[in-house]
Amino acid sequence: MMQFIAYLTRKLSRDFHGEIISLPTRTILVTAFLALLLLPLFNSNTYILRILTLTCIFSIYAASWDLLGGFAGQISFGHALFFGVAAYTSALLNLRLGLPVLVTIPIGALAAVLSGLVLGLPGLRLKGPYFSLASLAFPIIMMGIVFTFPQLTGGELGISGITRLAATRVREYYLSLMMMLTLVLVMWKIVTSKTGLIFHAIREDEITVRASGINTSLYKMLAFIISGLFAGIAGGMYAHFMRVVGPSTLELIMSLQIIVFVIFGGIATIYGPVVGVFILYPLMEYLRVVPEYRMLIFGLLVVLVLRVMPEGISTFVQDLLEGECPRCKERNAFTRSACRICGTDLDSHTHLNFLKRGA
Amino acid sequence: MWGQILVNGMIAGGKYAMLALGFSLIFGVARIMNLTHTAYYMLSAYLIYYFNQTLSMPLALSYILSITMVIVIGMAVYKVMVAPVRERFTAVLIITLVLAMVVQEAVLIIFGGHYRTLPKLVSGTTQFSGMTLTYQHLFTLGAVIFVLGAIWLLLFKSRLGIAIRAMAMDREVANLMGMPESQIASITVAISVGLAAIAGAVVAPLFIVEPAMWMHPLVVVMAAVILGGLGSIKGSIIGAFILAFAEVGLVFLLPQLAFLRGAVSMAVMLAVLMIRPEGLFGIFMEGER
Repeated sequence: MMQFIAYLTRKLSRDFHGEIISLPTRTILVTAFLALLLLPLFNSNTYILRILTLTCIFSIYAASWDLLGGFAGQISFGHALFFGVAAYTSALLNLRLGLPVLVTIPIGALAAVLSGLVLGLPGLRLKGPYFSLASLAFPIIMMGIVFTFPQLTGGELGISGITRLAATRVREYYLSLMMMLTLVLVMWKIVTSKTGLIFHAIREDEITVRASGINTSLYKMLAFIISGLFAGIAGGMYAHFMRVVGPSTLELIMSLQIIVFVIFGGIATIYGPVVGVFILYPLMEYLRVVPEYRMLIFGLLVVLVLRVMPEGISTFVQDLLEGECPRCKERNAFTRSACRICGTDLDSHTHLNFLKRGA
Repeated sequence: MWGQILVNGMIAGGKYAMLALGFSLIFGVARIMNLTHTAYYMLSAYLIYYFNQTLSMPLALSYILSITMVIVIGMAVYKVMVAPVRERFTAVLIITLVLAMVVQEAVLIIFGGHYRTLPKLVSGTTQFSGMTLTYQHLFTLGAVIFVLGAIWLLLFKSRLGIAIRAMAMDREVANLMGMPESQIASITVAISVGLAAIAGAVVAPLFIVEPAMWMHPLVVVMAAVILGGLGSIKGSIIGAFILAFAEVGLVFLLPQLAFLRGAVSMAVMLAVLMIRPEGLFGIFMEGER
């Protein structure tokens, strides 16, 4: 037993040194996460906790868009469908049947998976921009359905009086932070697995993938299901956190805003969208100090940043702080002169990288 | 009743057709999905309001001034913001979307969120087979037909139009045939923005002018372009009219369900796409990956 614990600590510390400390971007991410974990000890301002909880929920939502849009290449303008369907389902189950949070969020996520199957049907037939624009239709049709049955859905006003996510603000914060970490890690595991590789390949060249004997329809459907599941969990959490669900969860801006977050953070990375949401969402809230100019400043900032780094901020910072070893394709900190894995000389290449960036 | 549907459907269809034509041209030639498109439509309506009401210029002059200004702004935005990142589909998407939001916020700051109406260019009404029509309706109808006809002539009878259509069909081959790619792209942007500005100018006196007026047309225009087939000029005009008549028909025939107009036009689009995935007149661009 003692040996096992000793082995675990050794392995953990080795992994910590080898995989985290050695790469500046990972160090930044881990530090930021620890800071978020410790934050409530120093600051119990409920307003800040509320913003950060919403940031965590939107991070899950943004990462789920990235899985579908960035990896599988199905750029969807109707992602709010998943979010809204799950939010409405959880809210209705909670309010009409009195089910607890632990039941309503999974059922809401399942409903989002079903709607993912519906959204996937045109996804199998339509390609590229055709799919992007056709997917606009689904949240709008769903909103029509919501307005058609106002007794059930509350129409314009929505549903209010839903149970809280957890008893106190701090608990809600920790719950959503841990959920965010777990779900984003799961998504990251999915996209780095063989399935994720196939998603990548489908985005790059679907015909070739099909020619290699892979059932692309099945994998595209799988992407819709997985993405719907995670977006659905985010939607259910949002419903229980805000305690009011209205048609705003299905609005066009809900679908488009998340694409802004993802592309700002760095598309097709999973952690990029999280970074994007953690920068932009609190910024948007902070800009409430100048209410009239809020969206104007926000918009100009996003446009200028994207103009300088069109690949997104996380990819830009990563390329700045780390270089790829030309021989073994492992990433290295820019300070190193030799690759940490295979010992290849790196200096000449990193210099070249900097020159290219300067030009 | 049916006459009202016809006239209103023609006007709404003409508005959407002008917007969809511009959207489709820009997508065909420069491969840019320009989400700022309907923001220019709103901007031109507001500029007319500003020149006419605030600076009390004559109405005709403020029309010309605002359309020119919107074209200049559109060109500048294209050159500075969009052209350098043109090859990246997602970056273009976000930049144009955020720019549309910026325009909305700027309008909100300068003009406030009040609902405004523009004075009619021509006043008076006429009786036509039992229904009352304002001259403004007739004028708008005439202007829409005139502009669409002029664009049709430009695209199908002039050298420039042939170059634009060739570019939309196949960029590389058109380039090999000696057509200056970036120059034609800029001209197309100017035409497209101009169409949006004219649409805003001629239609604005019939509708309420407010800072969120770009949202609904954007959705309808994107649906119309997809419905008709991306890159097809005929297709986007016909798609716009189909969606406009679906909307107007619903509003007039079942007024209690008017809130469903967005959902109905979306359902029409989806139904067509399920049968013809490339739209009514579209071609599959298999060669482009």
